Amino acid sequence: MVELAEIAEKVRSKNAGPFWLTIDIFCGNRAAFERISTGLDSARVAALFHLDPDQLKRFDIAELNVVKFSLPRPAVQGTRADRDMHGAAWAVLLEELEIG
Amino acid sequence: MTRVLIPTGALGLVYDRAALARGVASGPDIIAVDGGSTDSGPAYLGRGVSKYSRATTKAEWRDLMLARAEAGVQLVIGTAGTCGADSVVDWLYEITCELARELGQKVRVTRLYSGQNPQKIAEDFAAGRISGLPAAPGIDTDTIRACTNIVALAGVEQVQAALATGADIVIAGRTTDTAIIAALPLAQGCHPGGAWHGAKIGECGALATTNPASGTIQIDFDETGFTVEPLGAIARATPYTVSAHMLYENSDPFLLHEPGGILDVTGARYEALDGRRVRVEGSVWRPGPYTVKLEGARIAGYQTVSLTLLRDRRYVAEARAWTEQVAARARADVAARMGLGDTDYTIELRLIGVDATLGRMETGGALPSEIGVLAIATAPTEAQAGEIGKILNPYLLHHALTEEEPMPTFAFPFSPAEMNRGALYEFCLHHVLTLDAPMDAFRLVTDEVGHG
Repeated sequence: MVELAEIAEKVRSKNAGPFWLTIDIFCGNRAAFERISTGLDSARVAALFHLDPDQLKRFDIAELNVVKFSLPRPAVQGTRADRDMHGAAWAVLLEELEIG
Repeated sequence: MTRVLIPTGALGLVYDRAALARGVASGPDIIAVDGGSTDSGPAYLGRGVSKYSRATTKAEWRDLMLARAEAGVQLVIGTAGTCGADSVVDWLYEITCELARELGQKVRVTRLYSGQNPQKIAEDFAAGRISGLPAAPGIDTDTIRACTNIVALAGVEQVQAALATGADIVIAGRTTDTAIIAALPLAQGCHPGGAWHGAKIGECGALATTNPASGTIQIDFDETGFTVEPLGAIARATPYTVSAHMLYENSDPFLLHEPGGILDVTGARYEALDGRRVRVEGSVWRPGPYTVKLEGARIAGYQTVSLTLLRDRRYVAEARAWTEQVAARARADVAARMGLGDTDYTIELRLIGVDATLGRMETGGALPSEIGVLAIATAPTEAQAGEIGKILNPYLLHHALTEEEPMPTFAFPFSPAEMNRGALYEFCLHHVLTLDAPMDAFRLVTDEVGHG
């Protein structure tokens, strides 16, 4: 088991408008893409963000060696409950996730 | 062929003036720059103000007005002043008038207003002309009427109408990121899929290249696609940097919804022309019903914040229990002294260094040597939020974990201890409005300014 950050080149999260969050995992090469694409279970990602799995959109883009997730923002941007205006810190949750 | 010069991803960010000069020298047909985004939150729209400094905006706009005069083409800015509300369109117009006088330019300036009357939008909602996008919050006509600003996102049709006034400079309110770049290529008959796709690649300036900080790029649009060329000395566009930009801030990397249709880049092909330029073909534009997206912000209370620092090891270890006790004491005082009910206001004590960033999603970590306690009081009025902040203060200053111990004192970095943040704004629209004709929700004003 290793943390995703040890395999991926970069993990980035960002607002996709005030109501959506998008997370891009740049795997860096084909081997890392294959390992992350097969080893990263969508249900675990959904659980990390306290979401129903069907609220999570996933794109495995082999041409770019990228796995991308989009989800309703854990808190709508700028509301009282929001702690991260640009959605930048949520990537860390995925970076620290251990995969097989 | 239509050549669009894009000086930077947003006016107010730094960009490379030498790259801009190269762009002017290579004969653009138009200079297009973005001025805003929702990315910094709802307060800019709620207040109708710019995020960027007036001095920086003026310095950068000055150089673009000079570049426009030298190139002899139109200059267009989309989403002026961060949020594109009518008040910031006028703010940039004032800056433009000042600069025209200072530079000795006589220019024709068209303002494209995107601001909406909340009462009219409430009527459109009641009439069924407004529908929610995925993850849209629930709304009613009262919510809509409570918005301090509502803007509609203009597409290419409205920008084309502004350009058709013969303006030297177009100051547009809220537009989609792509509209200002795609407008002229589409008006001149370039490939629709290519025009929209190239506009999306160009909307953040040099972000789709190897050197994002250089800012400036140019895009050539034609009958079959587009070519991206960075203008920074060391910046390169590669098939990877260009195609990967479709991921950026997009919930779907293949489909982009725009007024009047959808861009589909599933079949796009990216080819390196040389070490710096990339050619793209194969993107498709699928026309659809004419809708424009709405953005609205309203006041969701007022906030006062305070910061206390815990450095004592015992208090760092017991920080959670300490903040719970402080909040409970303050709540009892608020109920007894201010008569506010439990649901009328909130007190939050966030532990900076523990879980202030991720809250309940934090997965844990080692205990730090100090913890910042960020106290946030949110109440219906500014005065109430200030009162709650002051009620919290004695506890934040001296609250002891146990009854029998010398009274502790904690570190405060500021006096006064409380900071009134003013209104808390929230976005309350993630909806589209159906229009019979594109200009129905927008208006144009043209003036001659300055002197030659």
